[in-house]
Amino acid sequence: MFKYLKQLTSLVAMVAVLFTFTTESMAAKKSKTLKNTQKKGFVRCGVSQGLPGFSNADAAGNWTGIDVDVCRAVAAAVLGDANKVKFTPLSAKERFTALTSGEIDILSRNTTWTLSRDADIGLTFVGVNFYDGQGFMVRKSSGITSTSQFKDGISACTNIGTTTELNMRDFFNSKGIKYEPVAFEKADEVVAAYDAGRCDTYTTDKSGLAAQRTKMSNPDEHLVLPETVSKEPLGPVVRQGDSVWEDIVRWSLNTMIEAEEYGITSANADMMKTSDNPAIKRLVGAEGEMGAAFGLDNEWNLRIIKQVGNYGESYKRNIADTGILPDRGPNELWTKGGILYVPPSR
Amino acid sequence: MTVIAVVLVFGFFTYNAQVNMENRGIDFGYGFLSQESSFDVQFSLIEYDGSHSYFRAYLVGLLNTILVSVIGIIIATILGVIVGIARLSPNYLINKFAAFYVEFFRNIPLLLQIFFWYFAALRALPLPQDAEAMFGIAFLTIKGLYVPAFIWQNFNIFFYSIVAAIIAIIVIRYQAKKLQETQGKQTPVLLISIGLIFILPLISFLIGGVRLSFEVPVLKQLATTSFIYEGGVSLPPELIALALSLSLYTATFIAECVRAGIQGIGKGQKEAAASIGLTPNQVLKLVVMPQALRIIIPPTTNQYLNLTKNSSLAAAIAYPDLVLVFAGTALMQTGKAIEIVSITMFTYLSLSIAISLFMNWYNNKIAIQEK
Repeated sequence: MFKYLKQLTSLVAMVAVLFTFTTESMAAKKSKTLKNTQKKGFVRCGVSQGLPGFSNADAAGNWTGIDVDVCRAVAAAVLGDANKVKFTPLSAKERFTALTSGEIDILSRNTTWTLSRDADIGLTFVGVNFYDGQGFMVRKSSGITSTSQFKDGISACTNIGTTTELNMRDFFNSKGIKYEPVAFEKADEVVAAYDAGRCDTYTTDKSGLAAQRTKMSNPDEHLVLPETVSKEPLGPVVRQGDSVWEDIVRWSLNTMIEAEEYGITSANADMMKTSDNPAIKRLVGAEGEMGAAFGLDNEWNLRIIKQVGNYGESYKRNIADTGILPDRGPNELWTKGGILYVPPSR
Repeated sequence: MTVIAVVLVFGFFTYNAQVNMENRGIDFGYGFLSQESSFDVQFSLIEYDGSHSYFRAYLVGLLNTILVSVIGIIIATILGVIVGIARLSPNYLINKFAAFYVEFFRNIPLLLQIFFWYFAALRALPLPQDAEAMFGIAFLTIKGLYVPAFIWQNFNIFFYSIVAAIIAIIVIRYQAKKLQETQGKQTPVLLISIGLIFILPLISFLIGGVRLSFEVPVLKQLATTSFIYEGGVSLPPELIALALSLSLYTATFIAECVRAGIQGIGKGQKEAAASIGLTPNQVLKLVVMPQALRIIIPPTTNQYLNLTKNSSLAAAIAYPDLVLVFAGTALMQTGKAIEIVSITMFTYLSLSIAISLFMNWYNNKIAIQEK
């Protein structure tokens, strides 16, 4: 009797193993990262340590910002709930290691897309959610109104481990100005040192300058100079080697931008299902099989628009209404004179 | 058996890292060290800018780490010895003040102290244009300490005169010791030494053609309210704040080592020394200290090692040490995390071992020589 029992158990075990293998291989067609995310029940997202408008936590620990919204969009798409995100604040220095080591699955942290980062470090940039450029901030009382007034001996505060450090060198070298770089690990310390008068100028991405200015002891005393000295396309990043996950993040961002183009908002998304325009119907999951290739259902994009909103709503909520950069500049749709142009969802 | 276990564990980690890096498309290699670094560093002891290699950037960081550690160790030792002896002073005020200093500074986390000296003290310093000159030549401002630079003529002759003075002092000390051992005569070695170290270089000025002039820093306007000092030597406030906090913190521990060492010498030793007619200074110098040093040196070595490793907190206040320059900026620009972290760890290990070896050598030298 016991003998048979033993054989029976091993048979059950074998069947179980076989069964796991078959389900495994079906799921593996999707994506390892997607599978892990759905198993855990939340998206692991790396953000900044506090940059108003991009990723910033309030006193209650609620994260807001346009970088945060990219992660929320992915959570809405793959988990059905935009709030199922675990945010990990990272310094500029830590961010890529956190992503490549698998601590987070999306890095959405005002990160500049460059050739060497994309090709070297084992990362893949999926798109651009903010077109930025490096600028300089000075005290109004200094009388400086243009970078052409910079002189030898100027001291410039900035962060380490950013493209800013490299651009700064390119800029000052091309102008033949000798400068003193003072580079801190954390943005808060850069602001504190500049605010105390340690440096004559503070340099980082212009959006960052506008956001950090709000943190100064007296924001009105400071001026962001008009010159832009570099191109800084900021966007979300994923690990190399999981093309399905990469596509999910890319198309979550694209969906937000394209939704704005077609006038689909969080308020009217449900009504758009009956639109006459097939492009709009595809964006709200009412036509075509737009989720199947990712291993998602058909309403993944509808959920993004309903729960997070389109790009314009996100920009208004986080950047324009907070007074950081009311003017969208290049971050306007291509149809309205900006350079936001995404491939079509079809 | 242990060796096999260690090799297996390391082998596993290496294999694991290799597989994972391959999966994620990361290359491994130290070739990046010869590439152009293309970032600048605020403060460097050797000539460096972004057109030099990453290896050069590594050297810059390493030298800056060594610089702040050496300054810290020297100040901490001097301060520690003074405070340690002060804690044993019969004078109530001195005694209690030293005790307060030790309890206060050793019980506040070092990082907080660094932030305090950098941000709180920095804000209190004047802007360059408001700074008042110290002795008419040096300026302490929020942008750093500006001191005059020495400009030498015939510096080598001056240098030789100092070397000659040091050699002469060593010879005289040796002779004086011999004289005391054979004839019991006391020679005022200290006075002669001080005289020599001043007179010989002075002669080099008078007849050797050595000339010294000072380049005093001059205020220069960059913009309406933005000034710096030009000329002279400038010490960045980051270096000052870091060296200050490291030495104030570590000095408390060294003070306790010194106190323990002196108290570890039996009372009978001092009484016996006094009874043969030695003065209190001689008791301290000839009887107590040589024995106390044997107790003081080993724990003080630990403090030197701690100070060197603690200097890596520099990254918090922008002092360009090894961690900030190499394990910070260089790591970010290249993405070579494993390579750079391994080099950095190995460097700190080497620095620590070098300090340990030196201190062990010194400890052996002053240990009781069994005959």
